[in-house]
Amino acid sequence: MDLWQQTGAALAGMIRKREVSSAEVTESVIERMEEVEESIHAFVTQTAPSARAKAQLVDAGEQDFGPLAGVPVALKDIICTKGIRSTASSKMLENYVPPYSATVAARLEAAGMPMTGKTNLDEFAMGSSTENSAFFTTANPWDTSRVPGGSSGGSAAAVASGQAIWSLGTDTGGSIRQPAALCGVVGLKPTYGLVSRYGLIAFASSLDQAGPITRDVTDAALLLQAIAGHDPRDSTSLPGEVPDYGAALQGGIDGLRIGVVKEISGEGLQDGVRAKFQEAVALLEGLGAQIGEVSLPTFEYGIDIYYLIAPAEASSNLARYDGVRYGLRVDAKDVISMNSLTRATGFGPEVKRRIMLGTYSLSAGYYDAYYGKAQKARTLIIRDFARAYKDFDLLISPSSPTTAFRFGEKTDDPLTMYLSDICNVPTSLAGAAAISVPCGLASEDGLPVGLQIMAKPLDESTMLRAAYAFEQELAFSAKPPIWGAS
Amino acid sequence: MKDLVTTIGLEIHVQLRTATKMFCGCAVAFAGEPNSRVCEVCLGHPGTLPVPNEVALEFTTKIALALGCDIARHSIFHRKNYFYPDMPKNYQISQYDIPVGSRGAVDIEVNDTIHTVGITRVHLEEDTGKSLHAGTGGRIHGAEYSLEDFNRAGTPLVEIVTEPDIPSPDVARAFATELRAIMDYLEVSDVRMEEGSMRVDANISVAPTGERGTKAEVKNMNSLRSVYRALVYEEKRQRELIADGGPVDQSTRHWDEKAGVTKPLRSKEEAFDYRYFPEPDLVPIEPSVEWLRQLREEIPELPAERRKRLAVHAGPAAAAVLTSSKMIADFYEETVSAARKADPKQVANLVANDLLGLLAERSLADTAATPAHLAEVADLVAGGDISKSQGNEVLTEVLLSGRAPAEIIAERGISQVSDTSEIEAAVDNAIAENAGVAERITAGEDKPFGFMVGQVMKVTGGRGNPAMINELLRKRLRPEAR
Repeated sequence: MDLWQQTGAALAGMIRKREVSSAEVTESVIERMEEVEESIHAFVTQTAPSARAKAQLVDAGEQDFGPLAGVPVALKDIICTKGIRSTASSKMLENYVPPYSATVAARLEAAGMPMTGKTNLDEFAMGSSTENSAFFTTANPWDTSRVPGGSSGGSAAAVASGQAIWSLGTDTGGSIRQPAALCGVVGLKPTYGLVSRYGLIAFASSLDQAGPITRDVTDAALLLQAIAGHDPRDSTSLPGEVPDYGAALQGGIDGLRIGVVKEISGEGLQDGVRAKFQEAVALLEGLGAQIGEVSLPTFEYGIDIYYLIAPAEASSNLARYDGVRYGLRVDAKDVISMNSLTRATGFGPEVKRRIMLGTYSLSAGYYDAYYGKAQKARTLIIRDFARAYKDFDLLISPSSPTTAFRFGEKTDDPLTMYLSDICNVPTSLAGAAAISVPCGLASEDGLPVGLQIMAKPLDESTMLRAAYAFEQELAFSAKPPIWGAS
Repeated sequence: MKDLVTTIGLEIHVQLRTATKMFCGCAVAFAGEPNSRVCEVCLGHPGTLPVPNEVALEFTTKIALALGCDIARHSIFHRKNYFYPDMPKNYQISQYDIPVGSRGAVDIEVNDTIHTVGITRVHLEEDTGKSLHAGTGGRIHGAEYSLEDFNRAGTPLVEIVTEPDIPSPDVARAFATELRAIMDYLEVSDVRMEEGSMRVDANISVAPTGERGTKAEVKNMNSLRSVYRALVYEEKRQRELIADGGPVDQSTRHWDEKAGVTKPLRSKEEAFDYRYFPEPDLVPIEPSVEWLRQLREEIPELPAERRKRLAVHAGPAAAAVLTSSKMIADFYEETVSAARKADPKQVANLVANDLLGLLAERSLADTAATPAHLAEVADLVAGGDISKSQGNEVLTEVLLSGRAPAEIIAERGISQVSDTSEIEAAVDNAIAENAGVAERITAGEDKPFGFMVGQVMKVTGGRGNPAMINELLRKRLRPEAR
């Protein structure tokens, strides 16, 4: 097996035991990137030279970087990296080089992980297919005529195609879980506040969270460990000790009460998705879990609530892109025209659509009916979850209603595209944790299907334990065709 | 026609004197090289987040407590959204429906009448940067180019809004003066209007008793004096409009200090919709009972109380001057305790008249004078060792050099001649030299008396005790008058 085909945990062990050097692993990943990037287009920026330098530093052994030292990583290009351009896949920030690093990037840097590149996304993380990138589309490694999902499509495709051992994505309403599902990898959205948002180019502040996209559950636990924990630079980051997620994997799920969410596990699903999900339920039952069905009626309003709250926050968060201090500037006769022209040129159509939606829902006279009401409904979703968690330890559903769709299939109809995240949005609104793990290939198209496991806020440990038990039992080993093309 | 009544409400912004900005670690200071106190947070770089300055929260809460406000047990920040090039994020983090403090009141005494001015709210927000629009007299519209300085961006700013309780420009000025003193006593702000660390905007309307007027908002008043002048002008303008039967337009007006008039500001694009919504990057402010108790204890004696206390010995007029700033009041009280001969009234006059007169525009803090110096001078004057004018001369030197009064007196040979025989000799001398003038005085002319005093003083080298010179001259030239 080539080095790039290994998991992060395996490589970290090998590097630690000096069976391989970080330089060899990093080189293997860079070579793989050179080999398949042409057909995948996962990266906005590749940073091989600085990754090599970092690997050498780790190999020199003068500093103890900790357990993940030397294993390369890729970051979604919405995560600010000091001295390395961070674009959010927007023309607005095409040449923006941040003067500082996001806390998550700084933590991985401090953990001795060479960063090999910045991955493509839907502009400002607004989208479910990565087709909204202002630069180029990213292909799904399983079928390059299909999308990788989004908005963290570049991160998921990089991991699935072997161009990254693991990566970080961000999830506002499914942007980690849905692409992970569509690319057949693991994606974990942490509890809101578990991971610092400092340095994540903001989309919707009350929802954004960074999290790992990995080849297996163990790697997800390890990478989460590396980024989780209080950050004084983020007032919304939670205090308290972070559990040992690696240790939490063991123990099985015998007796665990798992609820199947009725509203997002039946109607409206692609047949192959439903079939694989039902098999997953049976498998969990076989492992000793007590399965029951649970209804969370407010889930039906998830997308509506999300599309009032997220664009409202975005309309304010994106106001800073005005051409005055950094990023794109299109000169004009006066400041106001310069602002307008810069924004008209720098933002793509989906970003503009959401800014307009959000501006409208915050406007005087509409606030109560839209944004205000959505916030109230959001608390109803939280209550629905709380009620369900009285009877269950975890909740499950498919991670996405469909497998990967073709380029252009949903671009003409924003509403259909928005529905791609129907399974993911409720957990985001509740600020809770969720993970997507592969649960097989849909029979009709041979594309991966994801199982979404949802947990109470800060109960990542139970969630990871169930995901790990499921993964071990299923032993899903299929790889995209491009995997063997080395 | 019914009587016209003036109604004024003030909106006052006070920059807090914290070491660092509201949401980042940059230093707070005045002026300086443009964009030298900025970082990714206060420049609004992508991905940055605000972290509240706890000292600013503490200062704001103290202000609210000092103004008699209720303190919100759960207060939140909102975003106020609008585009302006000196606002880095194009939204201002401010407060909206739940400010730190609300429903307070301040009593203001003007011409022996007490006016209670209600405080609607006290809230905390961040300041903007500063724009310099070139080529159009400072307006953004049609500017040739604009320069931005973000040093001020993110400075903690407290907004204090009063109820429309103020009946006249006089009371408005008195309220603003009192508020400035309160901020000074709390040591939470420099409150320098000329530097913009205290900014006063006013809403003023005039209407027949019992009716509602149309208010004008007046901005750009850069001193307490201009607050008064602008409101007097605006009150008169509105009264004249009403007298002429014309309507008063609702408008925002700019005070032109030079011309002494208010001018309508170019109306902004349209009515602003700030799209306020709760700031998702921050968590609610929830002060604990214990913390509030501690802050209450830390609030010093405020100007009104101190004025009352000092008036007992110093008299009301001097007390008002002495308590206008905490530093002066402290200085006065320390001088009183250090003085051995001079009584509080004498010290009050020395501080309120001589010292503050000599300081003029300077601040006491910029001089080397100490209460011990002042006490020494006061004692020397009280004991008759030096005259009041000599005391003033010594003070001038103390302020300049910070040297001890005794040293200055010794060096300059300042001393008051109070020896009777020495002054008698000088009187004899002066009369001999100016016999003609002396005769006219004896004959009943008053005018030349001052001249003769001056002549005696000249003989003593300016050191004669003026009271004694007067007395002895009178004895010699008009013995029958006694």
